[in-house]
Order: sequence, then structure tokens, then C-alpha cells
Amino acid sequence: MYSRAYKTLVSLPPLLWVGLFLLLPYALMFAHSFWAVHEGVLVHQWNLHNYVTLFSKPVYLGVLLRTMRIAASVTLCSLLLGYPLAYYLSFHARARKELLYQLVIVPLWVSYLVRGYAWKTILGSEGVLNGFMQYLHFTHAPVAFLLYSPFAVVLMLTHIYTPFVFLPIYAALEHIPRPLVEASHDLGAGSVQTFLRVILPLSIPGLLAGATFAFVLSLGDFLAPLLVGGASGTMIANVVQSLFGAAYDLPLGAAISVCILIITISLLFLSERLEKRWSFK
Amino acid sequence: MSGHTPTRRAPLLTIYSVLVFIFIYLPVAVLMLYSFNRDGVGGFPPRHLTLEWYRLLFADAPIWDAVGNSLIVAAGSVALSLTLGLLAALALDRATFPGKALFRRLVLLPLILPGIITGLSLLMFAVFAGAQLSLLTVFLGHGTALISVATTELFAGLQKMDHAQEEASLDLGATPWQTFWRVTLPNLKLSLIAAGLLIFTLSMDEIAVSFFLIGRDNTLPLEIWGRLRRGITPEINAVSTLIFAVSVALIVIWYRVRTRGLGSDAQELLERLQQDA
Repeated sequence: MYSRAYKTLVSLPPLLWVGLFLLLPYALMFAHSFWAVHEGVLVHQWNLHNYVTLFSKPVYLGVLLRTMRIAASVTLCSLLLGYPLAYYLSFHARARKELLYQLVIVPLWVSYLVRGYAWKTILGSEGVLNGFMQYLHFTHAPVAFLLYSPFAVVLMLTHIYTPFVFLPIYAALEHIPRPLVEASHDLGAGSVQTFLRVILPLSIPGLLAGATFAFVLSLGDFLAPLLVGGASGTMIANVVQSLFGAAYDLPLGAAISVCILIITISLLFLSERLEKRWSFK
Repeated sequence: MSGHTPTRRAPLLTIYSVLVFIFIYLPVAVLMLYSFNRDGVGGFPPRHLTLEWYRLLFADAPIWDAVGNSLIVAAGSVALSLTLGLLAALALDRATFPGKALFRRLVLLPLILPGIITGLSLLMFAVFAGAQLSLLTVFLGHGTALISVATTELFAGLQKMDHAQEEASLDLGATPWQTFWRVTLPNLKLSLIAAGLLIFTLSMDEIAVSFFLIGRDNTLPLEIWGRLRRGITPEINAVSTLIFAVSVALIVIWYRVRTRGLGSDAQELLERLQQDA
């Protein structure tokens, strides 16, 4: 029904644009990871040296492990907050369901920076939380360890990604046929048993999707550590950032970026596979 | 159906859910409250409420320059990514070309990958091409990265569309060009508005990609970011409060545009991303 000219006309501009402004930049990143820097000058000499450095120097692996730990904590915390909330909305909220649902969604579209900044003002040693605790005479001197720690990074990212985790879980719970739940109750299963044997298994795809989002999005974050993380909360993307800036080792930075990219894409792929396996038809 | 289901009372779950809501909203509430606090961002309780910080904010020229820059970049990004996203969606819906599957995934990468990777790739490309970093590079970065959002939304719109209308138009003698303007585009109106608002919001707030592509002139998030390093004052709370208010206003508009509900959009976007990834 559509002519050849029509098809060419709609395909060509986006193909050229995406090729030039996305594929080429990503390819440049990939190419850089196989180049080298000699005395502050980039040389186009193909080698695997950057990847060897990356996997042999404990510094980089250490930061990568810490990043994974932080991302895993964020994922776990977001699940612990998001799952019960989704369960409550889906099974107990009744008439308030719609309103409450919108209330969870709104923060998704509210500035990342605003939410991060809010935590900075709350956790600081002269911040709101410390002021509050001193006001109640819980503490007499400011507690300094709250801000600029991995804890602060986990807290901030959990706050940001809880609605992300909530969404797919809620969708999965809503798709569970209610007669299944009723049947379970009618056959004598209690609430806990029904949850563990009917609801939880059927919500696994949503849970996986939410967990993957939280983990992947946290993994490559460099703003939260800069904002509330301090030196002890440095993550792998901050290393990349410093290699591209002050440390000026683009090839090594590019190699780390490629690793982040590979981890991200394999996790998404894996999670998609697992979701398919767990989804019921 | 739910009339038959005996919904058991779950007081603990209810309390827990209220606590989660408090966790989600308290930080922003606190931030807003302290934008009216005379004595700065910390301390408890906030005393001496004042509008002084808002007065300072409205007299703060660099902030408003940054707002202007952000608006220009966002408007440009909406135009660029909607145009290319529309073409890409049409191409994915109707054309077959070598590398189609690859193209589909490639377009989505900026949404899936951490911002730092896209930002640095574009930075290297700018250096490679010998381009000066400026608002133009930020605009090209946003516009390109957000083609992902436009394509996803508009492709979904096309899939829901009744192709018989276009066939009828062509059969009745309209040229493909006329058919595009009079049938295809009007049918996509809602998707276009929704995608436009979403792209605008995302561009206004974008920081990870802009971080690497920014030249001398700051966008609003980067202006605020720069000030955070110099120490914080309730003026930043004031500007954040205004950003929050504008975001919520845009959300309400979007919600009105799509009576189906805002959540289902975000939900669908996430689901589609997952399928496409």
C-alpha cells in the first residue's frame, strides 16, 4: 500500500541521523577502549591493555564491586518498599486505588536533581534531620556520618527508584485473575499461604522487571555519589568521569564504559529471558 | 467481582503503605518548607517564615538566563526528536530495510544505558568532529537521545491506528502527502502531544548527558548543580519548589490530555522498553 518512495522518505532521515549521532558516537567509545594514551597524547594504537589494567588493578575491581553492592542494596530496598505498596494498592485499596496510584506515579516525573538535593539538605551535619534530633534531645552534637556515605547514596537512589519498581509489580499483580485468589481461599488456604503459593509466583515477572530497572539505573549513576556520596560512596561511573576529566585517560575510561554497557545489556537480556519463563499464559 | 471477594483487613500493611508514601513525599515537603525559612536550609524547627528567598530568586539574573537556555534547548529537542521519532516510527511500522531490528534497538539505547555513557560518547563525537561545546551540542544530545521516547510513543500510536482510513484516503484519490497530513497526523495527535510533553519535561530536567556537552551557557539543572558546590541556600529550595510545581502542572496537563491516565503511559513505556530491549 505504501510506495517505495514513501518508505525511503520516512526511513532515510532517521537512519542517517541515528547512524551519525548515535551509532558513530557509541562506536567511537568502543574504539577508544582499544587505544592508548602516551605522555598525555591519545594514540590510535590497537591493544587490549586497558582491559588488562581494568581487571588486574584492585582499585577498579574494588569500586566496581562496591557499585554492585550499592546497586543491589538499592534494588533490595526498593523492592521492600515497592512490593508491599503495590500489593496493598492492588488488593486492599479499593475505592482509593486510582488516586493512590497517581500519587505513586507523580514523583516519577519530578526532577531527579530536586529529589537528590532534598536528601542533601536533610542528611547534612547542619541539616534538617540533625536539627530535628537535637530539638528532640536525641543527640547533642550533629551526627556527621549520615551525609557523604554509601548509606546516603542508597537512600537517595532508593527514594528515586521505588516508584520505578512499584510500576511493573503493580501491573503484574493487577493481571492476576481474581478467581485464582478466590479459589485458593475457598480451598482453605490462608492469606499467607495464598500469597506465597499463588500471588507471589504470578507476580515474579513484574518483580524481575522492577528489580532490573532499579539495578541497571543505579549501576551507571554518577550524580548521586557526587551529590551525597562523598569519597566513600564513589561509584564506577565516577571513576569513568574522572578518567575523562582530570586523570585524562580516555581509553581506560572508555574500557570501563564498555564494561558498564555490557553488564547493563546482559542483565536486561537475562531478565527478559527469566520473565518469559515465569510468565503464565 | 471485587464485591464477592472478601477483602480482609490488613492494618499492618496499611500502616506500612502509609509509611512508604511518607518516605516518597517527605523529602520534597521538607525541601518546600525550608524555602520559606529565614535562617537557612538546616535547623529545626523552621522559624521566621519569609518570602525573602523567592524575592532573591526572582532578582537572580543567572538563574533566569539558565531557565531561558533550558527552555530553548527543550523546545528544540521536542521539535527535533518528534520529527525524527515520527519518521522512525513510520519506518518501523511500514518499511522493511536491512538492519531494521538493529535500528530499533539502537534508537532505544539512550533510554536504557546510563546517561554517562551516552553523554561521553557524544562528547567524544563532538571532539572528533571539532565542534565547540555550547547549547547547540546540548540540544543535539537531548534531541538525539529523546528520539527514543518519541519513537516508542508514536510507534504505539501507529499500531493502535486503523490503517483502513489511510487506505480509503489513498483509494479515493488523495496523494500520499495529503493522506499523511489529513489522516495519519490527526490520528496521532494525542501521541504527539503526550510524547512532546514527556520529552519537554525530560529535557528540562536532564543532567547526565548535558553535564558533558555543556559549554559556557548553563541549563537550569547545571546552574543549580554548580551552585550546590558553592554551598546551599534556601534560594535553591525556592527554585526547586518552583520546578516541582511546574512538573506537577505539566503532569496534570498530560493527565488531562490522556484521560486513560498518566500511570498507564509510564507503565506502557516501561513495558515497551522491556520488550524492545
